[in-house]
Amino acid sequence: MTASAPAQPTNGVPENFTPPHPSLHTNRVLPGFKVSLGFTIAYVSLIVLIPLAALAARPWEHGWAGFWSVLTDGRVLASLRLSFVTAAAAATLNLFVGMIIAWVLTRYKFPGVKILDAFVDLPFALPTAVAGIALCTLYATNGWVGSLFAPFGIKIAYTPIGIFIALVFVGLPFVVRSVQPVLADFDAEVEEAALTLGASPFQTAVRVILPGLAPALLTGFSLAMARAVGEYGSVIFIAGNMPYVSEITPQLIIIKLQEYDYAGAASVGLIMLLWSLVILAVINAAQLWLFKRGRA
Amino acid sequence: MSLTVSNITKTFTKFAALSDVTFEAEPGEFLALLGPSGSGKTTLLRLLAGLDVPDSGAIAFDGDNFLALNARDRRIGMVFQSYALFRHMTVAENIAFGLTVRPAKDRPSKADIKAKVESLLKLIQLEDYGKRFPAQLSGGQRQRVALARALAISPRILLLDEPFGALDALVRKDLRRWLRRIHDETGVTTVFVTHDQEEALDLADRVVVLKEGRIEQIGKPLELYRDPATAFVFEFLGANNQASGTLRGGSVDFGGFSVPAIVKGGSEGAVTARFRPFDTQVSRSGPGFPVKVLSVLPAGANLRLELQGDGGEVYETQHAHDADTSELKAGDTVNLLPTKVYVFA
Repeated sequence: MTASAPAQPTNGVPENFTPPHPSLHTNRVLPGFKVSLGFTIAYVSLIVLIPLAALAARPWEHGWAGFWSVLTDGRVLASLRLSFVTAAAAATLNLFVGMIIAWVLTRYKFPGVKILDAFVDLPFALPTAVAGIALCTLYATNGWVGSLFAPFGIKIAYTPIGIFIALVFVGLPFVVRSVQPVLADFDAEVEEAALTLGASPFQTAVRVILPGLAPALLTGFSLAMARAVGEYGSVIFIAGNMPYVSEITPQLIIIKLQEYDYAGAASVGLIMLLWSLVILAVINAAQLWLFKRGRA
Repeated sequence: MSLTVSNITKTFTKFAALSDVTFEAEPGEFLALLGPSGSGKTTLLRLLAGLDVPDSGAIAFDGDNFLALNARDRRIGMVFQSYALFRHMTVAENIAFGLTVRPAKDRPSKADIKAKVESLLKLIQLEDYGKRFPAQLSGGQRQRVALARALAISPRILLLDEPFGALDALVRKDLRRWLRRIHDETGVTTVFVTHDQEEALDLADRVVVLKEGRIEQIGKPLELYRDPATAFVFEFLGANNQASGTLRGGSVDFGGFSVPAIVKGGSEGAVTARFRPFDTQVSRSGPGFPVKVLSVLPAGANLRLELQGDGGEVYETQHAHDADTSELKAGDTVNLLPTKVYVFA
């Protein structure tokens, strides 16, 4: 045995001290990590996970066969196709228009810009049923806008076009509000760098600014899409709700509930949920990929 | 003359950022724009780049009227203070950007662009970093990528805005040497903005000293240092001391002793004399201001003293570690004698 140097206490901590739970003893700004984590998990379970689990448990009253018959029902499939396709189409239009609006609101100073900015939030604030009635009045064949298209044989209200318009309406603020802050913070020197390197304004927009906005655009798109898939209030008035043609999935769920077909309603709900999860996963994966590329 | 700037004036809504600025840069010259914040040096650089437009005056390069060209067409290489790298592009894509945005008829072939990018990566000593993203680089590496990106378009002038501003002292010194070497290799006329006098004197062929939008003096680093035209230049270029005295026949009389003066203005009579820390002697019994030693600090090969006069005024001096000073300690009383003083208007 060689004589070892006397233990040097560092910062008053004894030499052999080890924290009882190393992972929980990192230095955090907020105290009460265990309490807040516990609360978060309990709350998310209660509010989000348990209801979803209940939904997953409900459809099996008539067994796998009952679920399968709902899943393969032509009316259900038609409504799912309508819901997801129009939602995606509306979110896509909102992606482009929302980006342009965000650009105008952040890049240009003109009288009324603040008022215009406030209007963007209206679809958030308005009760959806009110919006539905307003759109319906406007786009019916005898409405202001509907009457302009009627002579050409184009019907807007009570067709998928009407649904599309309602979904565009409710989804718009999501893209604008996602993109706006990112665009406002965009480093002016980066644009100037592109300019001095000889890029045209169009090249600067497409190759420098747009990729910088991509994560925000994706967020806005996914929010607008999620909202549109689940939208009910503003759509039912303008949709016409014709089975196989203009009947959205949430409407079909209501109909099944009114017929006391709870298992059937839950089956449709579960399918919708699964589809939404798949889409969310894809968007998140894209988000992660973008995040890993550009950001610190 | 390669770059000619004549009578440039630029006024922002509230204040004059530049008034009547005139200077020239020789082909291949390395020119520093030196001044404190608010002196208009960055504004001047942005005017050269075409990112701002002057109210009046002219900027020409090799006979071309630069003001008639916008930033896109001037073919200047600008390195921004924030580097302004495109963070969604790899290092190689960043460097290639200026070449790939050219119209098809002027654009080099893919292979040529690749070769150019590789040679630039080699120049900035980041050969293996082409596939990385800017977020994965250190500050100094980003700075070098920004420089390579600017050099890729074979710029007619290279403009650098506070090129070392965001870097720590050690990296800064290293990059400074390296930048000078790159300049000597590429031979491109370079104008850089800095508020750091040491950096300007160390790096530039000539320095333009700016104060409140006006040029105070233009000169080679040594000229500026030995022959400052104004009190501002004298003070901005390094530590200095002041003392009141009377100018009489080329010397300043401090009451009891007088010191030879370099007179840059002012008239005989009461003046403020300025002197550098190392243009001084301290002694226990010789002539000089009676001062008390506040602190004795080592400063490399020298000893740095902080001294306080009877009236509370503080002087900073530097001396060799010799027998006279080695015994000094805080609290001692000595006499401070300037050996050379400057008098400005």
